[in-house]
Amino acid sequence: MTVPDHHDDEVVPELAGLQLADRPDGPGAAMMISAGIGIFVLGFLTVLAEKSTGANTWLAKWQWGKGVGALAGKTTLASAAYVISLVVLWVVWRAKNVNLKSAFYAGLALGILGAIATYPTFFQKFAP
Amino acid sequence: MELTSRETWAVIHGLVLGTLYLLAFGGALAGLWSLRPGLVTTAGLQERMKRLYLGFGVMAATAWLTVITGTWIVYPWYRAKLAGADFAKCTGLELPSSACSPRDFLLSDVSGDTARWHEFGMEWKEHVAWAAPFLATSAFLLVLYYGPRLTARPWLRMATILMLVGGFAAAVVGGAFGAFINKVAPIS
Repeated sequence: MTVPDHHDDEVVPELAGLQLADRPDGPGAAMMISAGIGIFVLGFLTVLAEKSTGANTWLAKWQWGKGVGALAGKTTLASAAYVISLVVLWVVWRAKNVNLKSAFYAGLALGILGAIATYPTFFQKFAP
Repeated sequence: MELTSRETWAVIHGLVLGTLYLLAFGGALAGLWSLRPGLVTTAGLQERMKRLYLGFGVMAATAWLTVITGTWIVYPWYRAKLAGADFAKCTGLELPSSACSPRDFLLSDVSGDTARWHEFGMEWKEHVAWAAPFLATSAFLLVLYYGPRLTARPWLRMATILMLVGGFAAAVVGGAFGAFINKVAPIS
């Protein structure tokens, strides 16, 4: 997954005056994939809560008495998945040049799957 | 001229934060779209980037604030189950009341064919809107991390724009259904 170093000031002369150092693409890939992971987890938990009464009840425990219901667990866990995957991938890939296109398409695929799973006509099909 | 506490929070959630998000989106999209070789000088790049960081930062922050206030403050008032399983306390009402929450009111169909506003509109809005902060934050971090280097990388710039627009689309679903549902069954 290694790509050549960028020398952006050779491509765009306006950048030469800014004397910018090249940066590895690993953190950029982490940002792209983590957004997809967050949306995917949100969609997965939405379907799970619809299908399983037990899961719905467990997800509702995350509301801390605020009356949010299972949405509390779905959104809290999806947010946690987003933040944790972002931090972990960023740290792991901080000095690496990861293929950004692969990362973007992976994040896009996860995001589309997650978005479909949050569509009521889809997830309500899983109701018992 | 008076707003109840609940109406004030509904305004903060939908109108204030939503407007800020919309303004920030317009600026961020225009700024990033025109971040191309030949269109900006070195000095122009430095000036442009400050506005881009601000626009993307405001967008990410307002996206989080919008979904958090919506889910944790406004939504519990919307979904409270007050009217009983058969929505008997909604009978004869033209608007939700202290005995018939907006959700009860919509599902009761006492004011026309309104149940789908909850079953489809609210169910979609409350979930998909959470994609907005994830995408907006990642787009903000990409702009912050690469900065002026985005000028030399059109594919990366376009990928960032797609994430920005994806987040906006999720926010539009949330915002549009929120506005319509609050028309039919306002929180008060």
